[in-house]
Amino acid sequence: MGNLVGEMDDVLLEVRNLKQYFPVKSGLIQKITGYVRAVDDVSFSVHKRETLGLVGESGCGKSTTGKTLLKLLDPTAGEIIYQGTHLEKLSIKEMRPFRREMQIIFQDPYSSLNPRMVVKDIIAEPLIIHKLAAGVEIQQRVHDLLDLVGLNKKHAKRYPHEFSGGQRQRIGIARALAVDPKLIICDEPVSALDVSVQAQVINLLEDLQSQLGLSYIFIAHDLSVVKHISDRVAVMYLGKIVEIAEVDKLYSNPKHPYTQALLSAIPEPQVSGTKRERILLQGDVPSPIRPPQGCHFHTRCLYVRPECKEAYPPLRDLGSNHFAACFLAKP
Amino acid sequence: MSDFILEVKDLHTYFYADAGVVKAVNGVNFNLAKGQSLGVVGESGSGKSITALSIMGLIQHPGKITQGQILLQGEDLLKKSPKELQKIRGNEIAMIFQDPMTSLNPVLRIGEQIAEAIAIHQKMKRKEAWQAALEMLKRVGIPEPEDRIKRYPHELSGGMRQRVMIAIALSCNPKVLIADEPTTALDVTIQAQILNLILKLQQDYHTATMLITHDLGVVAETCQNVMVMYAGRPIEYSDVKTVLETPKHPYTWGLLASLPKLSDDRNQRLTPIEGLPPDLANLPAGCPFVPRCPHKQPICHEKDPDGQWLNTGHFVRCHLYS
Repeated sequence: MGNLVGEMDDVLLEVRNLKQYFPVKSGLIQKITGYVRAVDDVSFSVHKRETLGLVGESGCGKSTTGKTLLKLLDPTAGEIIYQGTHLEKLSIKEMRPFRREMQIIFQDPYSSLNPRMVVKDIIAEPLIIHKLAAGVEIQQRVHDLLDLVGLNKKHAKRYPHEFSGGQRQRIGIARALAVDPKLIICDEPVSALDVSVQAQVINLLEDLQSQLGLSYIFIAHDLSVVKHISDRVAVMYLGKIVEIAEVDKLYSNPKHPYTQALLSAIPEPQVSGTKRERILLQGDVPSPIRPPQGCHFHTRCLYVRPECKEAYPPLRDLGSNHFAACFLAKP
Repeated sequence: MSDFILEVKDLHTYFYADAGVVKAVNGVNFNLAKGQSLGVVGESGSGKSITALSIMGLIQHPGKITQGQILLQGEDLLKKSPKELQKIRGNEIAMIFQDPMTSLNPVLRIGEQIAEAIAIHQKMKRKEAWQAALEMLKRVGIPEPEDRIKRYPHELSGGMRQRVMIAIALSCNPKVLIADEPTTALDVTIQAQILNLILKLQQDYHTATMLITHDLGVVAETCQNVMVMYAGRPIEYSDVKTVLETPKHPYTWGLLASLPKLSDDRNQRLTPIEGLPPDLANLPAGCPFVPRCPHKQPICHEKDPDGQWLNTGHFVRCHLYS
């Protein structure tokens, strides 16, 4: 599936056949009785200055994908290639320089900041660990970073509990930016925030991207937010990417029945005008320990056919970089 | 007696915290008629949930309802004894909470939890109540109800648990249903199922519904009327179409502009509301929205605007219209 990649030269990160299985243990001797296939054979690439949106319902493996890319979890199989280097083979020590290149912002701005550290120490810590600044330089750099994310000098000496959710998320962003990363994995960065504040943080992320030339992997379950911020979008279902395409194509012409249902389920704040036809999926997402035979989606799919129950449909190219894993999808 | 099942008049609920008096609900008025659905929208801390808890009589120390009336079919709930309230709660007014995991008892089978509510309020025998519980599970669309009724909450998915909560809430045919962020913890495809269910049950039983949410999209899909709250008070109220299409309050404008919409152009920039919601223990002088309002005038700093009805059925609290 190497042709998932557009022009090779501006690819920042390439992921090939990534798998992340978690063993399920049971009984007295904790025998392994099965595996949760959180990420199951996922391939995609991220280009320079690009935002790749990763969407799906809870348990589809989007956050696990994010953590595995940074090797916060060791991948079960597959390749993670960052600008030509195979990260999956690196030791913890060898990985360290790459941690400067790739950073992560977490969902919960309340639990991802150390409550006993003041803001300036939180932001300075990565600078010290990576030996990027010393002495007075550190203070200057911290002030620059606070300025960059829309906070100011006087915030430096405060503790996280003194800030609101949106401000804490800004602190998390400043900490991620401290090491001058090229890629930031944003794991549900705005889901815990109120709408008015959410818009502030989204605008900040967009400004930083154009100012600093960043690439984002933007993980979220809110499809309107993902549409707003992404260049390309990958839709995940039970550990697999079922569709990946440029954002406008995916939203205007979704090929996979799951994507179609997902898009039609978003409540829109409008009353008049063209009401979209709603596709109401029956049932729940099956367990990732025992995903259904064949296409994982066939238990809820409206267009299911006999062949869907037998084999998993491959991710096929439907033209102009639009890929979908469905037997019925047509170019 | 009026046509309204529920009337809330000038409700004030304050919390007496160490840091000062937190004015969580600061003058809420609204009516709910039979079969009507009202969406209550606002950011965290705007007083939506506290309004609901006040109606349910679930405000605990250090909170206190300091002023106002809550009339259920003309009778003031605030004048009832705890014992009388217990008969009303769960029977005539029922509530669904956001998190179905923490609001179900983890050590009881779901059937017992539904049957308990029915047995208490409708004075049924255990066996009859169990049958009624089974009937409720069918009604809320739980597949294989005979099997599921014997299960514990942890054996069900989030969507199923929320259906159980709805079954409990509707088991006694309440006149008023309060749903506090019933779908916020659920995925979009499951949210669509649950909203559909609430709508259908509301149409079938003509229950007056108050739906609390932060999601204007959810309101647009499920409610007839909407009340936008800010700093413990309604700042705009009308039917959903009017509020979404011709909003009058700058805060409502701000909310709508800060939402990313599917119909937006991709490069369209969001317009956030600058600043933060006010500290409810320390409200600014004048209009509470004034520090964030792009349309403020000198008078806004001095005088808190009175609410006014612009034309039939459109309420707004803003100096722009005085």
